[in-house]
Amino acid sequence: MEGTAAVNERKSERLLNLLIMLLVQRHFVAKDRIRTLLYPGSSRDAFEKMFERDKEELRSLGVPIEVGQMDAFFADEPGYRIRPDEFALPDIALEPDEAAIIGLATKVWQHARLAEATTDVVRKLTALGVPVDVSALDIVQPRLSADEPSFDVFFEAVQERSAVEFDYVRSGQSEVTRRRLHPWGVARYAGRWYVVGHDLDRDAERLFRLSRVQGKARKVGPAGAYEVPPGTDVGEVARRLAPAPRLERAVVLARAGTGVPLRREASEITTAVVGPDDRTLWDRLVVTRSAIGLADELLGYGADVYVEEPAELRDELVERLSAVGGAA
Amino acid sequence: MSHTPAGAKDQVARLLTLVPFLHTHGQVRIDTAAAALGVPEEQLVTDLKVLLMCGLPGGYPDDLIDVDLDALEAGVIRVSNADYLARPLRLTPTEASAIIVALRALRSGAKDDTREVVDRALAKLEAAAAQGSGAPQIDPGVNAADADQALLAVRLRDAVDRGRQVRLTYYVPARDEESVRVVDPHGVITHGGLTYLDAWCHSAEAPRLFRLDRIAAAETLTTPVSRPDTEPRDLGDGLFTSSSQTTPVTLRLRPEAHWATEYYPMDAIRPQDDGTLEVDLQVADERWLTRLLLRLAPHADVVAPAGYGEAFIAAAQDALRLYSRPPA
Repeated sequence: MEGTAAVNERKSERLLNLLIMLLVQRHFVAKDRIRTLLYPGSSRDAFEKMFERDKEELRSLGVPIEVGQMDAFFADEPGYRIRPDEFALPDIALEPDEAAIIGLATKVWQHARLAEATTDVVRKLTALGVPVDVSALDIVQPRLSADEPSFDVFFEAVQERSAVEFDYVRSGQSEVTRRRLHPWGVARYAGRWYVVGHDLDRDAERLFRLSRVQGKARKVGPAGAYEVPPGTDVGEVARRLAPAPRLERAVVLARAGTGVPLRREASEITTAVVGPDDRTLWDRLVVTRSAIGLADELLGYGADVYVEEPAELRDELVERLSAVGGAA
Repeated sequence: MSHTPAGAKDQVARLLTLVPFLHTHGQVRIDTAAAALGVPEEQLVTDLKVLLMCGLPGGYPDDLIDVDLDALEAGVIRVSNADYLARPLRLTPTEASAIIVALRALRSGAKDDTREVVDRALAKLEAAAAQGSGAPQIDPGVNAADADQALLAVRLRDAVDRGRQVRLTYYVPARDEESVRVVDPHGVITHGGLTYLDAWCHSAEAPRLFRLDRIAAAETLTTPVSRPDTEPRDLGDGLFTSSSQTTPVTLRLRPEAHWATEYYPMDAIRPQDDGTLEVDLQVADERWLTRLLLRLAPHADVVAPAGYGEAFIAAAQDALRLYSRPPA
């Protein structure tokens, strides 16, 4: 009786030998020849089972096994091959800054399986002799999280184009409904993951927040079940259908030469405008960004920055400044 | 066969990266290969032994992959007769999607020159991916501004290695101004969640730490550094305070201002019975303190030293006056 490790090794050998055999032949290899050379002594049934499973395992690693006809005269005899140009990673030459940014990308996902997948990419590049610079890694904190339990299922379904079935609770409701979707894509918007797709029961474009999916989502039916409508931009759909985060558009005046960080993010700057006093020249800046912390930052500039719009923001500043030192 | 050994597929995946790695790098020490590929050394040796039974179909000894077992005993890997596995597998759809989406996350919100680097890297990886990756249908939509800093760190480290001077455009918040200065870079260090360039500043004629997130531009010059590297800096104490030049200040923070304790180094934090915090901090520049108090207004006051809060109260009144005379 062989131990598990030995059984594993025998199977690894068989998978690798099958791969090599199909890779080095210029023509399709007949099933019978594969059986004779790699599965000696197995019954036809046992061979069929093992061969099916071995092919699937190689394919799941990304090995492109092609099926074709051996011979025009024996149409029922399938053959197999792996084309070297489809199998192998093509040459890649990376500039040092490109190598650094790819190294950095391995630190982005805060999701075990996808973080591992990015590391596997780097290992393949290393195997190709393309060094990836990981020296800048200590600067980046993982920030692309995907904690929703259903994320993986939708991520896979989008790659495979298979339908997904799941239970969902709509915002502000408690009723759970069963939904069937052809997912076009997943998008992160305002810190949340959404899936966008064609709702099969409503026959319409729909958006679902992954954190509202109840229990396990399931892929149903075959892969390649539908086509994503050409030109679909899932980020655009999510932004259109999801509730918007609160953005504030502020118009402020800044003394010439002050408010450097505000100027850097301003969408419009008009110089030499009329200001609240004549001590210096003033410029008008338009800034659009999250409302959180905006008043704090503007207050920090003291008498160098004056808020024109919106009125609520201006009132908040005046109120807070008036309360300083107990003066009212 | 009653069960499928789970490890065989993973072992084949490792070998499909290991063999090309060895082909590219020639003979390699076991520990070097283990580190580069993220595989434990014992596992690597077990994997290599599988190769002994793999090779071209035919079953002659010359057909098999050759692993030099004597070299392996001495800790060196030498593999030959496996030229058909000279290249790693193409990226799988999951690998391609994971890295492409991570790169896109780095791209959004980054500066133009960072985006340009990301775009070059993306184009090269997209060409290397197997067809049918679902990456276009996944939109991470996040702002990962760290990419700017990380690339900046790579460029600054390069300047350190080559012993070149750097011209920095640096934002000084205390004065709300950008200044241009030439520095001799000595190293890039990370401390307390922030990254700094440690350098000799020719404008200040003194060693300085520059926060990377405040460096607006950095240009590596052809001039070699003129000050040799000094002693490594003591990051425990020397980073924020050079005590001869700072003033210990005590503030009282109401709950709305408590967040400041997480953003600025405090020497001591004493919760008070009324829900406020009394905090001690080192202030090098009173203008910096004034800006902080304005941001927190009216939720923070100076307790000690006496008179230290007057500039802040004057600044608040100055700012408030802008709103008593609105522009025409």
